[in-house]
Amino acid sequence: MSERKIRAIVAKPGLDGHDRGAKVVARALRDAGMEVIYTGLRQTPEMIAEAALQEDADVVGLSVLSGAHMALVPRVLELLKANGQEHVKVFVGGIIPDEDAPQLKKMGVAGIYGPGTLTDEIVRDIRAAVLGA
Amino acid sequence: MIDINTILSGNRLALSRLLTQIENDTPEGRAALNDLFPHTGNAHLIGVTGAPGTGKSSLVNRLAYFYRHSLQGQEAKRVAVVAVDPSSPFTGGAVLGDRVRMKDLAGDAGVFIRSMASRGSLGGLATATAGMVQAFDAAGFEIILIETVGAGQAEVDIARLAHTTLVVEAPGLGDDIQAIKAGILEIADILVINKADRPGVENTERALKGMLNLAHPVQRVFQHHGQFMDVEPAVLTESAPMWLPPIQKTVATEGSGITELGSEIERHRLHLQSSGDWERRERARLETELHQLLQSTLVSRWQAGVSENQYQQVFKQLADRQISPRQAVKELLNGGFPK
Ligand SMILES: Nc1nc2c(ncn2[C@@H]2O[C@H](COP(=O)(O)OP(=O)(O)OP(=O)(O)O)[C@@H](O)[C@H]2O)c(=O)[nH]1
Ligand SMILES: [Mg+2]
Repeated sequence: MSERKIRAIVAKPGLDGHDRGAKVVARALRDAGMEVIYTGLRQTPEMIAEAALQEDADVVGLSVLSGAHMALVPRVLELLKANGQEHVKVFVGGIIPDEDAPQLKKMGVAGIYGPGTLTDEIVRDIRAAVLGA
Repeated sequence: MIDINTILSGNRLALSRLLTQIENDTPEGRAALNDLFPHTGNAHLIGVTGAPGTGKSSLVNRLAYFYRHSLQGQEAKRVAVVAVDPSSPFTGGAVLGDRVRMKDLAGDAGVFIRSMASRGSLGGLATATAGMVQAFDAAGFEIILIETVGAGQAEVDIARLAHTTLVVEAPGLGDDIQAIKAGILEIADILVINKADRPGVENTERALKGMLNLAHPVQRVFQHHGQFMDVEPAVLTESAPMWLPPIQKTVATEGSGITELGSEIERHRLHLQSSGDWERRERARLETELHQLLQSTLVSRWQAGVSENQYQQVFKQLADRQISPRQAVKELLNGGFPK
C-alpha cells in the first residue's frame, strides 16, 4: 500500500449562494494529493455529517459566509460525535469574526481561515492534523 | 480484525470503515471479504456509464429515489451507490463531485452513497469496486448502482461486474454513428438518451437505432463444426431468447422517463433470470476474478523469490540477444520460483 490517502469533505452549509471559495479549496486539496468529496451548496449540518459517515472522511471543511457559523459549526460537530466520528477534523473557512474564533476552537474546530488565506497553509494544517506531525 | 456481524447487522459506520479497508486493499479488508463472501449474491448490480456530463449522477439520483419511493405494490429496496471519478494522474488527488447531484437521497437510512477515486491502476480499480460491491451486497443492499465515466477498459470492467449496464448518451455530443463510441453495444443492456428536453434528441435516437440495426441482423448465422448454418428465429427464442437493448429517453433533472427506465431494468433482470444468463454472468464474473487473483498472486510470489540482481543478469542476456524472451522466462522461473 502506498501512502495513506486523506479523504476530505468540502461543504458549503447555509443559504447563501457562493461556493467559489469552497471550490478553490477543493482544487487545492486535490492538487495536494487528497481525495475531496465535494458536496455543493446549501448543505444542512445533517447532510454534511451523513456524507462524512458514508465517505469515511478524515476531514470536513466548511465554508461559511452567511454569518451563521455559531449555529452551523457546533451542530456539525455534535452530529459527527453522535455518529461515532469525533476523530474527524473540522476546518472552517469564511468570514469568522475574531471574537468567535476562540470559542469555535474550544468546541473542537481544528483550524479557522479568513479570506486571503494561502491554500498551502490549509493543506499543511490538514496534513498535520490527520497524519499527526 | 473487523467483526463482520457489525456489517451484517447494518452498522453504517462499520460498513463505511470497511469500505476504506477494501479500497486500500488491507489485510483486514481482505479477511472481512473472505468472511462476508457467503452472504453475497443477492443484490442486483446496475452499472451506469457514459461520457462526462451526460447526466449519470442525476439519473442515479432519480433511480435510487424510484427504488425507495415508487415501486408499485412492493416494499422499498435498499440502495447503495458507488460513484467513481478519475484521480488526477499528476497529483493522485481527486475531486469527487457526484454527490452534488444526489441530494434527494439525503436523510434516508435506506440509501448509502460512496464516492471513489479511480487511483490510476485499472486492474486495481476493478478489484476494489468488486470488493466494495460485495460489502454492500452482504450488508443487505438489494440494488447497487455503480457510476463510472465511460472510458475504455474501466467501462468494460464495470460492465462485467454489473448484471445490467446502462449506457447514457445525451444529445449534442456529436450525433453521428462515429461519435457514439464503438463498442458500447457490447456492454449496453439498456441505452439511455438523457437530456431528452434538449434539441437534437431525434438525431441521437436515429444514430443509436441505426447502430442497433447494424449490430443485430434479423437472422443470426451460427457456425457449427465449421459449417455455417441458418438458425431459425423460433429455435433461438425457445432456447435462449435474445435481448435487444431498448432505448429509453429520460430527463433526469425533471424525473421524466424514470418509471419506464425502472421497468426496463426490471424486464432485463427477469430476462437474465429466465434465460439462465444471470447464472452465466455470475460464473463468468467469478472466473474473471479468480484468474486475476491467481495472476497477481503468482506474480508477487515469484517476485518475492527472485532477486533484483538475478533479474538484471537475465535481462542483460536478453538485451544482448544471447537468449530469447522465452528462454529468459524459463531462466527466471527456474532461478527463483518457489515450487
Ligand atoms: N437539460 C438537462 N440537463 C440535465 C439533465 N440531466 C442532467 N443534466 C445536467 O447536466 C449536468 C451534468 O449532470 P451530472 O448528473 O453531473 O452528469 P454526470 O454524467 O454524472 O457527470 P460526470 O460524473 O462529471 O461525468 C448538470 O448540470 C445537470 O443538471 C437533463 O435530463 N436535462
Ligand atoms: Mg457524475
